[in-house]
Amino acid sequence: MKILVVFWNLVKDSIDATTHGTRLYHLWMAILTITMLIGMYCYSIQIEHGLSVTGMNDRVSWGLYISNFTFLVGVAAAAVMLVMPTYILKDIDFKRAVLIGEGLAVAALIMCLAFVIVDMGGPGVLWHMLPVVGVFNFPNSMLTWDVIVLNGYLFINITVPMYILFRHYQGKEAKPNVYIPGALLSVFWAVGIHLVTAFLYQGLQARPFWNNALLGPRFLASAFAAGPALIILVLAIIRKTTAFNIEDKTIKKLSMVVTVAAQINLIMLVSELFKEFYAPTHHSESAYYLFFGLDGKEALLPWIHTSIFMNVVSTIMLTFHKLRNNFYVLYTACILLFIAIWIEKGFGLIVPGFIPGPYGKIMEYQPTGIEIGVTLGIWAMGAFIFTILAKTAILIETGKLRFIKKEEKAINEVEA
Amino acid sequence: MSKSETRRFTLKDIFDRFRKDSNSCEGGDCHCGPDQNPSHKPEKQDGFEQVFNAPQNRRSSLKKLTASLLAGAGAVSACNPVKDDKAKEKSQISWEEQFKGNYKLMTEEEKKATVNRLVRSYELRTGKALNMSSKGPEKDVLFGYAFNISKCKGYMDCINACVEENNQDRDSQMQYIRIHEMEDGNGLNFGKSKDNYYHEVPAQGHFYMGTQCFHCEDAPCVKVCPTQATWQEKDGIVVVDYDWCVGCRYCMAACPYDGRRFNWSEPNVPEEELNKNQHYLGNRMRKKGVVEKCTFCIQRSREGANPACVEACPTGARIFGNLLDPNSTIRWVLENKKVFRLKEDLGTEPKFWYFMD
Ligand code: SF4
Ligand code: SF4
Repeated sequence: MKILVVFWNLVKDSIDATTHGTRLYHLWMAILTITMLIGMYCYSIQIEHGLSVTGMNDRVSWGLYISNFTFLVGVAAAAVMLVMPTYILKDIDFKRAVLIGEGLAVAALIMCLAFVIVDMGGPGVLWHMLPVVGVFNFPNSMLTWDVIVLNGYLFINITVPMYILFRHYQGKEAKPNVYIPGALLSVFWAVGIHLVTAFLYQGLQARPFWNNALLGPRFLASAFAAGPALIILVLAIIRKTTAFNIEDKTIKKLSMVVTVAAQINLIMLVSELFKEFYAPTHHSESAYYLFFGLDGKEALLPWIHTSIFMNVVSTIMLTFHKLRNNFYVLYTACILLFIAIWIEKGFGLIVPGFIPGPYGKIMEYQPTGIEIGVTLGIWAMGAFIFTILAKTAILIETGKLRFIKKEEKAINEVEA
Repeated sequence: MSKSETRRFTLKDIFDRFRKDSNSCEGGDCHCGPDQNPSHKPEKQDGFEQVFNAPQNRRSSLKKLTASLLAGAGAVSACNPVKDDKAKEKSQISWEEQFKGNYKLMTEEEKKATVNRLVRSYELRTGKALNMSSKGPEKDVLFGYAFNISKCKGYMDCINACVEENNQDRDSQMQYIRIHEMEDGNGLNFGKSKDNYYHEVPAQGHFYMGTQCFHCEDAPCVKVCPTQATWQEKDGIVVVDYDWCVGCRYCMAACPYDGRRFNWSEPNVPEEELNKNQHYLGNRMRKKGVVEKCTFCIQRSREGANPACVEACPTGARIFGNLLDPNSTIRWVLENKKVFRLKEDLGTEPKFWYFMD
C-alpha cells in the first residue's frame, strides 16, 4: 500500500516538475509539441490514403521509416556502454550519465516501435503480430524475434532506472543486488537487440547487399559510436542548463568510447569497400549504386558522400588527443559523427538493398513530404519523452524531488 | 435520443451479445441482426480463441475487454437500435471480420462462415451476388509451371488476362507478371533487359521471358512473415490471407523473384469489370495495406482449369499442370526438355521452369 502512495506521489510530483521550467524549457516543449502535431496530421493523411502517400513502391518497399528504425535500435543499444562500467565495474563518475543514457534508450526504443507502426500497411490489425493473441511465427521470422527483444529491452530499461530513482525519491539507497542482475542482463540484451535487427536484413538471400556477414558487427560498431556521441551532446546540454553536475572526466571517458568505435567502424567500411570494388561481382551493384550511381541514377550519392566525409573528418578529430580534449572540437565531432552514421545506417543501408531490384531494375526512392513530416513527428516525440524522463531523473538525483509524508509537508509549509 | 444514451446502449448491448455468444446464441432470443442471416451461426472457434485456447472465462473477458475498448472509442456499434436491420447486420459482420482468426488455422466451418460473411457484405453493399469458394487442395496434386522461351513473343496477353481474372488494382496498374525483353547474344542478362516496352513485338534480335511468383518450395517469403499470413498450401500454391497480413512488407524484401505486390492505396476495380468468380485465397477484393501475388489462379486451378495466363497465351508458351501426374504435359516437358530455373543457387526451389525448343 505504501508503495502505491509513494508511486502516486512520484507521478504527481514529476508531472508538476515537468510542467514547470524556464522560458527556454517551455519554448523547447512547445516546439516539440507542434512538431508532434504536424506529424500526427501527416500520419492521419497516411492512414486515410494508405502508404501511397510515401515515396515507397513495390521495388523499394522500405524507406525512411525503416531506416530510422534501424538507426535508433543502435542508439538504444548504446546505453549499454554506460551501464556496464557504472553498475558492474562501479565506476563512480559514470553514475550520473547512466540515468541519462537509459532514459535515452527508453526514448529511442519508443521511437523504434513508433517507426515500425507507421510503416505498417494495416496498423488496425497489428494485434496479429502479438504473441499469444495473434499468430506468432516464432522462431522462423526474424521480425518476431525483434518484437521480443525490443520490448524486453524496453522493459529492462524502464525498470532498472525506475527502481533506482524510486529508492532515491524516498531518500534511500538503491540495493545493488536488486538492480545489478537487471543491469547485467541489459548488457547482453543490448548486443542482442542490435544483432537481431541486423539479422533481419542479413538473413535475406534475395538481397546480396545485406546478405553479408559483416553487417551485424558493423552495426554494433556504428551504434557504439553514434549512441555515446549523442549522449555526450545531451550531457553537454544538461550540464549547461541544469544543476546536474557532470564532471569533465565522464565526458572524456565517453569520448574514448566514441573514438574507438568510430575507428573500428571506419576500418570495417574500408574492408567493405575493398571487397566490393577490388574484385566486383554482380553482387556489388548495390554498393556501386550507393557510392557511384548506376546507369545515371544517383539519388543517394550526395547523401553517402556527405556521410563518408563527415565520418572521416570526425574520426580524425576524435583520434588526436589535443583536438578531442577541446570540448568544442569534441562536440562538433560528435554532431558530425551522429549525422554521418544516421545517413549511413539509414539511407545508406536500407535503400540500396533494394536497388537494383531482383531483375536488375533501378527504381529510385525519394521520401515524400508526408513521410518526412511523420518522421520528424516521431523524433519530436522521442525528444519529448526523453526531456520528461531526464527532467524528473535529474530533480530526483539532485535531491530536489523527494517524497515527503503528509505531516512533514504540513510542517514544512508552516515553517515557510 | 441523445448522444450519451446511444453510447450507453451500445456498450451494454455488446456486452450482452458476448455473454450470449460465449454460451452460444442459438434460438430466437438474440436480437442482434435478423435470424435469417446465414453468417450468424454459433461459432465455437474463431478470432482470438482459435489461437488462444484459454479457459472460457478468460477468453470471454478478453473479448469483452476489446469490445468495451472499441465501443468506448466509438469504433463499433454492433447492436444500435437506431439503425435499421441492414446497418446492424453490416456492423456485426465487420465486427466479426475484424476479430476472426488466421485462415490457415480455421476449421472448415469457420472458413465457410467467413466466406459467407464476405459474400453477404458484398451483397449488402451492392445488392449483387458473388461466388466465393473456400475449396481446399486436392489430394495428390502439386502444381508446377513451365515457360517456353522460344515461343514467347512478348504480346503480353497473359498480363492483361491476369489483371482481369485476379481483380488487380486498376489505379496503380498492378501486374503480377512481368515480361522481360532480352537482347539476343547477351544471354540471360536481366540487367540489360526491359520489362516496360511500347514498341511492336516481337522486336528483331530479342527474345522474351516472363516472371511472376514462382511458388518456391522453400519460400523465403513464407519463412519471414511474422504473422504466418502467407504460407504454402498442400498443392504447392503460396497464398496470402489478405485479412491477416499486417502489411510489414518483409516478404517483399525476402522474395528473390519480385513476386509480390503491395496495395499502396485502396485497390479499385470498376464494378462492371469485377470477376465475381472468386476464391478466398485468390482473387477476392483486397484492401489497402496488404500484400498480394500470383496464386496460379487458385479459383481456376483448384477447379481443374488452367490459370488465366496459360489460357490467354496465343503462342502456347505457358504450360501448367500437376507435377504428380505422370501423364501431364508439365511432366513431359520436365522429362524431355532441357529445363532450368532462375537463381537456383539461392536454394528456394521454385516450381517454375524455363525451357527452349
Ligand atoms: S517467388 Fe517470391 S513470392 Fe513467390 S513463393 Fe518464391 S519467394 Fe515467395
Ligand atoms: S506483408 Fe503481410 S504477408 Fe508479407 S510478411 Fe508482412 S504480414 Fe506477412
